[in-house]
Amino acid sequence: MDDGGVADPGRGRGGEPGEDREDLIRVERAEKVFTVRKRTGFLRRERREVRAVDGLSFTVARGEVVGYIGPNGAGKSTTIKMLTGILTPSGGRLTVAGIDPSRERTRLARRIGVVFGQRTTLWWDLPLIDSYKLAHRMYRIPDARYRENLDRCVALLDLGALLDVPVRQLSLGQRMRGDIAAALLHDPEVLYLDEPTIGLDVVSKAKVRGFLRELNAERGTTVLLTTHDLTDIEQLCSRVMVIDHGRLMYDGPLTGLHEAGESERTLVVDLERELPPIDVPAPARVVRVDGVRQWIGFPASASAAGLVAAVAAAYPLVDLSVREPDIETVIARMYAERASA
Amino acid sequence: MGDGGRVAAGLRAYGLIAWMWTRSTMAYRASFAMTALASFAVTALDFVAILLMFSRVDALGGWPLAEIGVLYGLSGVAFGLADLAVGSMERLGQRVRDGTLDTLLVRPAPVLAQLGADRFAPRRIGRVAQGALVLGWSLAAVDVAWTPAKVLLVPVALAGGAVIFGAVFVAGASFQFLAQDAAEVQNAFTYGGTTLLQYPPAVFAAELVRGVTFVLPLAFVNWVPASYLLGRPYPLDLPPWAAFASPLVAAVCCALAGLAWRAGLRSYRSTGS
Repeated sequence: MDDGGVADPGRGRGGEPGEDREDLIRVERAEKVFTVRKRTGFLRRERREVRAVDGLSFTVARGEVVGYIGPNGAGKSTTIKMLTGILTPSGGRLTVAGIDPSRERTRLARRIGVVFGQRTTLWWDLPLIDSYKLAHRMYRIPDARYRENLDRCVALLDLGALLDVPVRQLSLGQRMRGDIAAALLHDPEVLYLDEPTIGLDVVSKAKVRGFLRELNAERGTTVLLTTHDLTDIEQLCSRVMVIDHGRLMYDGPLTGLHEAGESERTLVVDLERELPPIDVPAPARVVRVDGVRQWIGFPASASAAGLVAAVAAAYPLVDLSVREPDIETVIARMYAERASA
Repeated sequence: MGDGGRVAAGLRAYGLIAWMWTRSTMAYRASFAMTALASFAVTALDFVAILLMFSRVDALGGWPLAEIGVLYGLSGVAFGLADLAVGSMERLGQRVRDGTLDTLLVRPAPVLAQLGADRFAPRRIGRVAQGALVLGWSLAAVDVAWTPAKVLLVPVALAGGAVIFGAVFVAGASFQFLAQDAAEVQNAFTYGGTTLLQYPPAVFAAELVRGVTFVLPLAFVNWVPASYLLGRPYPLDLPPWAAFASPLVAAVCCALAGLAWRAGLRSYRSTGS
């Protein structure tokens, strides 16, 4: 493994408060309105406006890793599409590295990397290496730089044995790693990842996350990622933005999100025999009992270790697991809180 | 980036992608030879059908076999070249449906060039070769007093014709932005068009000839230049220079197809898939 290029101290993991911040991504009151036509009769159609993104504003500083989350249809992909120049916004202003994405799509393309979890940017029927060779020419990457970046990606993402395999024969995890490498050969300043770990096995997920962490630490690459997997966010992102109905609901650190949503983790214990709800130290409480299995809710910010120790000391424990709250639950709680506030 | 810069960037991207597919095809030479041969043979069947017809008749609409061969050859080569260059564009609707068009939009190259060069298939040269063979034979066989102008007309008509067909491919693809399953409509104009052009204009109704001359000007692929070349009257009243107008018509077609493409892409980028 190549321990990487020069880690430029000025471009390390940025975004810490007090640092000199340069906004790489600026979104000001961005809007995207789609007109949906629905058949309501033989020839009658109803036109309905859908505001996929509705007055969205945020900035991302160079070197930040930002998790962009929200329920399906919240406007995440639409935002990414506007930031890459795929979609033209209906209103507001967006700039990425000083470039208006919709007006100068091809110029911007040289400075960004995009990975769509659901579809590949690789050339489907050709060996993986062909996609890289084409990128080398198409992005006009200097030869030495191309070699260095390719070698690095091949080593860190474990692509060596896959280079001559046609893309269509790769597994989902292999293809995703191949896609990430393809997005990085031209040293993009921003990397957009749309569900980069969706459908991956545990090992592939860990590999992808480790790679992204290193990329950000060593190259200072800014990362904006959408995901359904809270672990992605926990392990990668210093900041989370939650979007729903095209609006920003929360922007801050992940811990703050848990507090905002008062989210809970769940300790699931299997006992030796059926028991009534067991005694647990507050604020934890038993939320469900089913035969020998009991579910204990406790605040996400608290450590599971003390709780496990307390339960193990008092009861005959056979097995246990800890479940993280999923994003949908956290967000649902956020709403409930707002509604009651 | 100005229009000139965009065209240069497009040609460069087209070349890079087409070369990638060519190299990949050439890795399996035997397979390439066989598929090219198959393409040659399948299109040759078209001409066999015409030969069979001529075993019963001496002329079609007053045109003998060798002259029909000129029509067939001009349209076959022009269509073959266009199909080789941008035939893959008909897959646009598929790409809009499955969302993979987005992956082309994040690359630093014009989408039109990327789409045209996608799956560039050198085997399509088989169709060009077959058309060229028929064209060569019939040009040698026809009874024409060759003048420099008439000799020059052959490459001019071929180039113009190839570009006209190419523009039809692009316009058809642009339409698929609106109607994603319209590949068949496009085929009606491209493949259907070549079949139409294999027969002399005299056998068709005047309305159809007018449409193919002035509306969708496929007539400039072969009917108009071939009529001049062979000294046959064209059913419509056209000035004599019209025979040499194929490149001009092609330029207009390109401009219109380009506008259609821009409109289509703009509508895609404002509505998404």
